[in-house]
Amino acid sequence: MSEQTTVDMAELLGRYGGDKSQLIQVLLEIQRRKRWLSAEDLEAVSTSLGIPYTQVYHVATFYKAFSLVPKGKHSISVCLGTACQVRNAPRLLDRIVDIFGVKPGDTSQDMQFSLDTVNCLGCCALGPVMMMDGQYYSKPTNEELERLASAE
Amino acid sequence: MSEITLTINGQEVVAQEGQTVLEVAKAAGVDIPTLCNLPELVPSGACRLCTVEIEERGRKRLVASCVYPAEQGLKVETETPQVASGRRLVLELLMARAPGVKQLTEYGIRYGVDPRKFDDTDADMCILCGICVRYCAEVKGLNAIGFVGRGVDREVMFIPEIAAKECADCSECFRLCPTGVLPSNYGINRVPHFDFPPNSFCKP
Repeated sequence: MSEQTTVDMAELLGRYGGDKSQLIQVLLEIQRRKRWLSAEDLEAVSTSLGIPYTQVYHVATFYKAFSLVPKGKHSISVCLGTACQVRNAPRLLDRIVDIFGVKPGDTSQDMQFSLDTVNCLGCCALGPVMMMDGQYYSKPTNEELERLASAE
Repeated sequence: MSEITLTINGQEVVAQEGQTVLEVAKAAGVDIPTLCNLPELVPSGACRLCTVEIEERGRKRLVASCVYPAEQGLKVETETPQVASGRRLVLELLMARAPGVKQLTEYGIRYGVDPRKFDDTDADMCILCGICVRYCAEVKGLNAIGFVGRGVDREVMFIPEIAAKECADCSECFRLCPTGVLPSNYGINRVPHFDFPPNSFCKP
């Protein structure tokens, strides 16, 4: 199991100085630093910004960028958009599920990989395409995927 | 506040600036059907049943009257064929989500809708009008209930940490629900706890 990233919430929230309009920025920063938002995080944000917990929860569940469950160290996005679809993206997805041992929307047992499907990665000419930690991979071979899966 | 005049169904009406078209129409005795509107709440335009036709610079379009501000010289028609067909569609969609609701059935008869036009196998009776959510936040200031999720997954849920403390003594929103489903949601729709140890979320 990977080390749990800890975030100094007091420092983080202090920098935003209780500015209600910064709600999404605050949540994004927590998400970026520890890869998920816990109930305690939402509670702390709610108290610090003076926004009702209900509303913080509403925003946190509205945007796909936020996760309320812990995410793996590496995030993988597989494109299932039209262009990738006709170039056999579902097959690529199957291979990724096999090699990384994680289903779409899930995180692997060792908390290393989270797999998600997306509708476009903006580079249809490279399809079928996947993205891991911000890096694009076009038509990855099994060897390439295995290399990625063994990387820490 | 300055006075303005507008035309509703061909009749000149005097209104205050800042009023909505719905408020002006109601004051003038024009009946517009509504579901998500309560005088004490900020209008949200959620149910779209109060749709009316307005004419601006010769162009006609449909707007939700509960959130449309009254303007000087605005021409409003509340029962044109376009308005009726818009309301009919809205009602048919709402009735698929919440079948057998008295108020919807009454409006349905008025506009001649087919209550079975759309088949929602997942009818959960909540039309997401947000009356309960807004009442709890605006009138009671308790924020015990809120919207969760997005798009087709959107739901009204009680936040257990707050609801457990506040709702037993209040439950004022129960009687406001247009479909009457809210009291049963109180028992069921609570936000799931996500405080489990990380690995308990992983499926094999």
